Amino acid sequence: MAKQLKIFVENKPGRLGAVTEILSKKGINIIAFTIQDIGDFGLIKLMVDKPQEAYLALADKGYACALKDVIAISVKDKPGNLYKLSSILMKYKVNIKDAFGFVLPEEKQGVCCLDIETKDLKSIKKILINSGFKILERDDLYQI
Amino acid sequence: MKLSYWNKKIETMDRSLLKKLQLKLLKETITHALNTDFYKNRLKKIGIRSSEDIKSLEDLERIPFTTKDDLRECYPYAHLSVNLKEVVRLHTSSGTTGIPTVVYHTKNDLDGWTDLVTRCIVATGCSSLDVFQNMMSYGLFTGGLGLHYGAERLGMTVIPAASGNTRRQLQLMKDFRTTVVHATPSYMLHIYSKLEEFGFNIKDFNLKKAFLGAEPYSENTRRKIEKLFSIDAYNSYGLSEMNGPGVGFECVYKCGMHIWEDAYILEVIDPKTKKLLREDTEGEIVFTTLNRRATPILRYRTRDLAFIYKGNCKCKRSHRRISRITGRSDDMLIVNGVNVFPSQIEEIIMKIPEVGNNYLVRLEKEGALDKLIVKVEIYSKMFKGDLKELDKLKEKIIAELRSSIIIHPIVELHEPGSLSVSEGKAKRVEDLRPKI
Repeated sequence: MAKQLKIFVENKPGRLGAVTEILSKKGINIIAFTIQDIGDFGLIKLMVDKPQEAYLALADKGYACALKDVIAISVKDKPGNLYKLSSILMKYKVNIKDAFGFVLPEEKQGVCCLDIETKDLKSIKKILINSGFKILERDDLYQI
Repeated sequence: MKLSYWNKKIETMDRSLLKKLQLKLLKETITHALNTDFYKNRLKKIGIRSSEDIKSLEDLERIPFTTKDDLRECYPYAHLSVNLKEVVRLHTSSGTTGIPTVVYHTKNDLDGWTDLVTRCIVATGCSSLDVFQNMMSYGLFTGGLGLHYGAERLGMTVIPAASGNTRRQLQLMKDFRTTVVHATPSYMLHIYSKLEEFGFNIKDFNLKKAFLGAEPYSENTRRKIEKLFSIDAYNSYGLSEMNGPGVGFECVYKCGMHIWEDAYILEVIDPKTKKLLREDTEGEIVFTTLNRRATPILRYRTRDLAFIYKGNCKCKRSHRRISRITGRSDDMLIVNGVNVFPSQIEEIIMKIPEVGNNYLVRLEKEGALDKLIVKVEIYSKMFKGDLKELDKLKEKIIAELRSSIIIHPIVELHEPGSLSVSEGKAKRVEDLRPKI
């Protein structure tokens, strides 16, 4: 599974800077990031090449952070593919708690990182693979 | 100025006679106190075994002070001086977690309390013709019931509106031609700010007077309220350990609050040296009850700071007056009329596992009302990466605080370590409200 690093931060200037400074000193590469804010605080959410190391580096500095499993799915970048993906999840009543996606233009690949609620992750993965999606495991993800 | 009295004989009693009365009542109080486990031990240690050991009012100085902690240790019965079957009501202190202080009343005690409150109301010029809307909380909090019974005894038309629900308060004030209200000063200002929103005009009302209490406020605030509503506002003083309201009240001259000295012996001490202070010198107010059978309390340290005015009042009442309360000799905070200690807040939030090491309490004014902001750090090891969980945590902290300190706080979550205080004693409270 791919890992997403979630860091609790106050909603004020300088917090992304403080977090990324720690990671850059450890030579950690950030593949993707989003920020979610709900008022006076929020989360910085990162996909990095060395999740465990990044987690320890931040926890060591006192940050409240957590590593969460996410499923990273890659698919050809063409119309209708996100619909196809979401239809499958809908059919099996899988709820998406959190998601973000991006496209790699050179590879013509789309990547969706999903935090999903399901009792049977194995079957869902199998179904997705059988429908033509590729599940990016940790190493695949960091090589894209 | 027209002067009226509820009990003219007592209220204008010559001071030498008043002191004689005090001594007689103090002796009775000592007898009652000796019925309690708490005072029996304490008085025995200083050689007081019966009321005979009290020869003059000066003997009071031999008796140690009673503190809030003493009364907490007495909880629930160690300071009760009568058989429970004689107790008709009890009140506990407001806004406390853990162990509150409790005051028991016999039928006569309630009667005495009510009489003091009626005296206060009459001293402001009210009569049975008045319509009285009581905007203070009813229940364990003494402000509501205390004034309620005093006003009924006078024969006022009492509207037991209790606190909150501003729109309904205004409707009642308008429909029943309310002439007198009892509220916290901040609530009066709040009501005024809501007139337009709720479709009322100040001309809709027949208001003449307001009794203001339960929180410290400045002379400027009084004048402001008087001007906004075109009324007279009177300062009221009381504390749950001394019954509640009815301890001190302003007369029509509004120059300090008369303390009913046939019901309380009034002393002012230096909170540090505990030495008695002269009139005109600010210190901590200390009271001894004189008219209570069930819960006699000797030399109670109120922690309220004020001074006794020198000289006589034009109203001819011989009972001395104290200044408005200028502060506290402990760290108690008064938030919209509710008493709260920072330690209570600490105790509550530190019980929640997701809360980290540090916290900060900030008080601000929002319009007329106080705003309590509790900033807490989250505990990094309990963080699971879920925003919803954080929201739930915030709600949980709010609910726990609200249920124990009766104040709805604003809770802010902060990063671990961000609220730590590096130097010296941690400053956990920031009171940014304008000074009185």
